[in-house]
Amino acid sequence: MPFIPHTSSEVESMLQSIGVKDIDELFDEIPDHVPIANFRAIEHSLTEMEMVHRLAERAKLDELGSCFLGAGSYDHHIPAAVWDLATRGEFLTAYTPYQAEASQGTLQLLYEFQTMMASLASLDVANASVYDGGSGLGEAILMAVRSNRSARNRRIVIGGAVNPFYVKTANTLVRSQGIELVQVPHENGVFDPNKCTVDEPNVVVVQQPNFFGLLENVDAISNWAAERNALLIAVVNPLTLAVLKPPGEWGEIGADICSGDGQPLGVPMASGGPSFGFLSSKMKHVRQMPGRIVGRTVDANGDVGYTLTLQAREQHIRRAKATSNICTNQGLLVTAATIYLSIMGVTGLRNTASRCHENTKYLVAQLEATGRAQRAFHSPFFHECVLRCAGNVGNLTKSMINDHGILAGYPLGEIDESLEDCLLLCATEKRTRDEIDRFVELFNRILKES
Amino acid sequence: MPTIPTIFDTSKSGRIAGGQTPTEGDLSGLPNDLLRESKPVLPEVSELQAVRHFTRLSQQNFSIDGNFYPLGSCTMKYNPRGAHRAASQPGFLNRHPLTPAFASQGLLGCFWDLQETLKTVTGMEAVSLVPMAGAQGELAGGLMIRAYHEDCGDYERDEILVPTAAHGTNPATATMCGYKTREIGVAADGDVDIEDLKRVVGPKTAGIMLTNPSTCAVFERRILEIADIVHDAGGLLYYDGANLNAILGKVCPGDMGFDVLHLNLHKTFATPHGGGGPGAGPVAVNSLLQPYLPIPMVGKLDDQFIWLDESYFPLTIGKLAAFMGNAGILIRALAYALMLGREGMVRVAEYATLNANYLAAELSKAGFQLAYPTRRATHEFLITLNQEAKDLGVRALDFAKRLLDFDMHAPTTYFPLLVPECFLIEPTETEAKAVLDEFVSAMCKIREEAQENADFVKQAPHNQVVRRLDEVRAARELDLNWSRIEG
Repeated sequence: MPFIPHTSSEVESMLQSIGVKDIDELFDEIPDHVPIANFRAIEHSLTEMEMVHRLAERAKLDELGSCFLGAGSYDHHIPAAVWDLATRGEFLTAYTPYQAEASQGTLQLLYEFQTMMASLASLDVANASVYDGGSGLGEAILMAVRSNRSARNRRIVIGGAVNPFYVKTANTLVRSQGIELVQVPHENGVFDPNKCTVDEPNVVVVQQPNFFGLLENVDAISNWAAERNALLIAVVNPLTLAVLKPPGEWGEIGADICSGDGQPLGVPMASGGPSFGFLSSKMKHVRQMPGRIVGRTVDANGDVGYTLTLQAREQHIRRAKATSNICTNQGLLVTAATIYLSIMGVTGLRNTASRCHENTKYLVAQLEATGRAQRAFHSPFFHECVLRCAGNVGNLTKSMINDHGILAGYPLGEIDESLEDCLLLCATEKRTRDEIDRFVELFNRILKES
Repeated sequence: MPTIPTIFDTSKSGRIAGGQTPTEGDLSGLPNDLLRESKPVLPEVSELQAVRHFTRLSQQNFSIDGNFYPLGSCTMKYNPRGAHRAASQPGFLNRHPLTPAFASQGLLGCFWDLQETLKTVTGMEAVSLVPMAGAQGELAGGLMIRAYHEDCGDYERDEILVPTAAHGTNPATATMCGYKTREIGVAADGDVDIEDLKRVVGPKTAGIMLTNPSTCAVFERRILEIADIVHDAGGLLYYDGANLNAILGKVCPGDMGFDVLHLNLHKTFATPHGGGGPGAGPVAVNSLLQPYLPIPMVGKLDDQFIWLDESYFPLTIGKLAAFMGNAGILIRALAYALMLGREGMVRVAEYATLNANYLAAELSKAGFQLAYPTRRATHEFLITLNQEAKDLGVRALDFAKRLLDFDMHAPTTYFPLLVPECFLIEPTETEAKAVLDEFVSAMCKIREEAQENADFVKQAPHNQVVRRLDEVRAARELDLNWSRIEG
């Protein structure tokens, strides 16, 4: 019997203590007219060895080589210590830290995480996580709408190339509350506020770098939003904040809320999850923030300690009036990210970000030099870039996977017909010059032969 | 154990973990006005300093691996390491979420198997694995109920019914779905007050959210009657799967009249709770709600597994995550399900119930008051320490804090609110009898301590890294991140 420790004599004495003849009798309050479950479709149990063998066969099917695909999930180096520490049983198998005195480890770690994330965004406060970048944008929008009490409508402007998967997810989360997302089409790959037809947006959302990897003119966008009394949500890749101007410093007054996905901070791509979403904001919005927040306080002796705080925002206290229904979310991933940020530090993070930029710049230059690819947009890019290709992009990516085990970028035709011949490519710090050169050579050869 | 300084206190400007730092890249082409000038507050420590800091922090946590953790409604059972190992293989960990399906047959095969398993477990028609936790599953369920009524042209239904004892996520979810919440009473025996339900249900009712066993830790005996009442009024039934551990393999929610439900894989399917997630909250529905399931799901075309997206489910409520939710947790749950197998699943409910009833019986014999003494315990049960609070001035909170000093995590306290000074106790099937006996001894010892010196218990904990924390101060004088000035 897997995971059940009882011996038969223990079972006997327990039944005796309860005063029943067998375990079945313990279920005698289930009415007879509820049918007994039929589990015949479920196979017999496997040992750990058999189970691992079965799943290893499955995992092997999906193994690939070099990854030049980004689009919201990135192949970065993760120091070995990150997951060795994060999967210590004391982190891995603890519950949400409601009993503060028995959870000081997780609580202090979250306090340190909040410090790092707020500082990366140059904002006042950060929460301890939401589910992912997509749902995080939804929560950020709900938070902004609650906070912007003077607004006269519930229209949210989505500026240009915000990650389309995030926008779809956010829409699922917000539309039942009468909130409308208005997408302003990108102009040459970036957000041009002059193309916006909404006069008085409640909230403006902009992504930096945007989904196409391009850098938006965030100072001007921030000022434009502020002039219209709209709150500004910045969707960011946290890794890039080591070198890019942080949302809190955009324009005259800075962004109000910053959201995004923490995957680049020490979390494996792992099919997109579990990862974690993060939220940070100006202090004036903190009471509308969803999710856990940890505060530093003192104990009965006056010594420093940590506890969950502002719980009056949350579902277990506030019920129907809570800021969100969010409860359990992505604690362990935040643990990994905090360890990652601590090991990498200022210099490690900065160098990783700048190395990604240089690698992608090199990749793009080499691909353009083949004459078979050209940048689709001309704004500066960070570590992803859209290339228009001379040839069938679908065949190219398929052949790259089947014949060479390489993920050759995201075919943008899947989300936008006008970009049917375009690939979104990324080269992180993990891609070596040799890998990039080989990729360029294959790219050239496959398109030539097609 | 002394307080551990923050990682920022250990930090020294200019120190790096050299082995982890790539060569700096060239940023010269980027416009200066888009670059960062301020230096972020990040630690500057060596790799060993980081490793030691986080190792020491971990040692300040209770965990299942180290402690009995009888948190009611949370199902803190053993998280098999094998499941973790199986999900951590390179083919799973390194898979990019946008890898095409033809090159992802391993992962999609796993998802297919899990979907099929969960259909059987719940007795429902179809499953979507996307929701990333129970609360997101609830949201998906609420949005599906809404979509269904709207498709029927029924726009008048704007109320969700929940028992007064419901989980806080239920009413919070109703709000997020654009619904009002109406509470229905709980009868003295812990079951839903049917007469109150009949009074409240009507043409405004979109649905009802229930757990079974209920949050009062008893089996809702009149569930089929409740289902008929709500269905007759045109409403749908939502099953909050938080307590599925109690009935796994015994009865299925699908046979109890439920139309839609979520499961908490981090409870019933033993994936680690991680200090606050990640979880997974797949939803299962009957054929009525199948068209509205959140995307993507996995289907089978000839011998190939494929993603089922909007083109297959044009009425879907949409996406709930940028990609496929908490894929890694889903693999762990499948690994656990494979190891349990058909027989093992039934044993989960049987031994969870045996442990809970035994612990309830022993505590009762030791003089503690069961909240529902005429009822069977399910996988969990409620005791009330109201008498102790009156006689000794020692509250449930004090018992909870003192239990920590006995190396046991406290049960869930003060939930549900309708039982005063309560403990909701869920021992789970993976605990041995000896551990349960130790818990009873600890409770008796604490009561003795309270009789001799109530203040001693009221000031607990005594042996933890911190004493009782000032939560009022934490909320009033917000200190939410470290600053250099203080440090």
